[in-house]
Parts: sequence; structure tokens; C-alpha cells
Amino acid sequence: MFPESWGSGGFGGPGCGCRDAVHRLYHFLDGELDDDRRSTIRRHLDECQPCFQAFGFEAELRGVIARKCQDQVPEALRLRVFHAIEGEAGPLGGPKLPPW
Amino acid sequence: MADQARFTELAMEHMSSLYSAAVRMTRNPTDAQDLVQETYLKAFRGFHTFEEGTNLKAWLYRILTNTYINSYRAKKRRPEQSDVDDVEELYLYRRLGGLEAAAAGRSAEEEVLDHFTDADVKKAVESLPEQFRMVVLLADVEGFSYKEIAAIMDVPIGTVMSRLHRGRRALQKALFDFGMARGLVDQRD
Repeated sequence: MFPESWGSGGFGGPGCGCRDAVHRLYHFLDGELDDDRRSTIRRHLDECQPCFQAFGFEAELRGVIARKCQDQVPEALRLRVFHAIEGEAGPLGGPKLPPW
Repeated sequence: MADQARFTELAMEHMSSLYSAAVRMTRNPTDAQDLVQETYLKAFRGFHTFEEGTNLKAWLYRILTNTYINSYRAKKRRPEQSDVDDVEELYLYRRLGGLEAAAAGRSAEEEVLDHFTDADVKKAVESLPEQFRMVVLLADVEGFSYKEIAAIMDVPIGTVMSRLHRGRRALQKALFDFGMARGLVDQRD
């Protein structure tokens, strides 16, 4: 599971925590770990440069995915939705076009 | 009707993220617009049941997801096949040479991420099998918690976690394949 380079230079040996850290990487980044597990991984990242870099990459990737998956709402859609709701609410319902 | 003003005030600010998710789900801007409109209509009709102070965005996503599943997705019952299980942990990072770079004190692989265009990332997400695409969208693009995703999709949290795990690996492979096709990354062993 771990490549040679990870095991060299003292990283990735038995009990060093790389395996556990990578296994829980996404739960860590998702904020879904309990405090104990979270601090265990934090301590490991303080001591392990390859894991720290890998976590940094995954966090950056997450941000890139979120930023690059945005679409501009067509103005026509906003109007369609507003008119549909207005039609549903009845002619006397609510205010006229809101500021968005 | 006071409801209409309140609904508009609270719900409309989520249209941008709902529309983006709808485009990823339907892979078609026309269907996405219809899906968003239907979602807002259903939400408005059910708004009297919504408890203020609870998570409106999650509720809107639940309606969006159910509407998509019931009305828009291709009428196929056979689960999509996927070779996700062959994809290893940290697939993209390894392929970009991250482990070697980290050993040498470089982090050039993060720069590669900047070269992916919006279209690359959107295509990669849209290439995922549906059940993975939905959880990846909800978690990585919208930032919902596992518990919220479970409630939105009506599946157990364990299912959310396993789909997310496999979906993220499939997304990394798709990104790498698109990156390679565009010459952003070199073929590596």
C-alpha cells in the first residue's frame, strides 16, 4: 500500500502512524474524527513531512474541486423561479421583484 | 401571503449552489434549470412544514436530490459498473510525483492543480457513476457533513462514507486522465 519512498528516511515504519494517518485522512479533512483521533493525527503530521505534504495536497485538491465546480445561474432561471412561486402564491402574494 | 416573502428571503440565496449541483447531476443545463425550478416550487409548497432554525440548505438539497432521482435520471435500474476498487489511496498525489517531491522538499504537484480548468474538473465529476457523483458533490463541493448527506440521500452514514471513499478515488483517477489527455501531467509508472 505504501511506496518505497514513504518507508525510507524513517517514515512508514511499523507503529509510526503513517498507515493510520492516511487511512483516516479524509475523515480528518472532513472534520469527522473524535478529539482523540484528531490529536493523534495532528501529532503525527507534526513529525512526518511526507504525510504532512500529502494531507496538504488533498486539502488543496478539495478546495480546487469546490471552486471549479461553480456555474453561473442564468438570469432567465431566476425570473422563472420567481414567477413560478408568485403564480403559486396567487396574484396578491408578497412583494414585487426582490433585489436579487 | 407572508410565506412567500419569507421563503424568497431564505431560499433564493442557495440557488447558485443548487443550480451548480443540478448541472453536475443532470449533465445538461436545460434539465438543470427545470430541476431547480421544480425544486423551488416543491420547497415553496412544503415551506409551511419547514422549521426555521434548522438547515434550510440541506432541506433544499434533499428536495433537489429526490426530484432528480424520481424524474430526471436515466431510467435504468442496473447499477453503473466502475473499476474504482482498483484505484489506490492518494492516487493523484502519487501520480503527480508527490511522494518524491516531498522527499526532495518540493511541492510542485500542488501547482499542477492550478492548471486544471473549471471544465476539466466539471467533466471529471460528471464522469463519475451516479451514486458516487452525488456524495462527492454533497461533501466536496457543498461541504455537507456525513450526517447531513445521509439525511439528504436517505442512506445510512456507513453508506455515505464508503461511497465517498470510492467516489473520491474515482474522481482522482478521472482528473489524472483528463490532465494527461491535455498534457498537463506526464505519464508515470
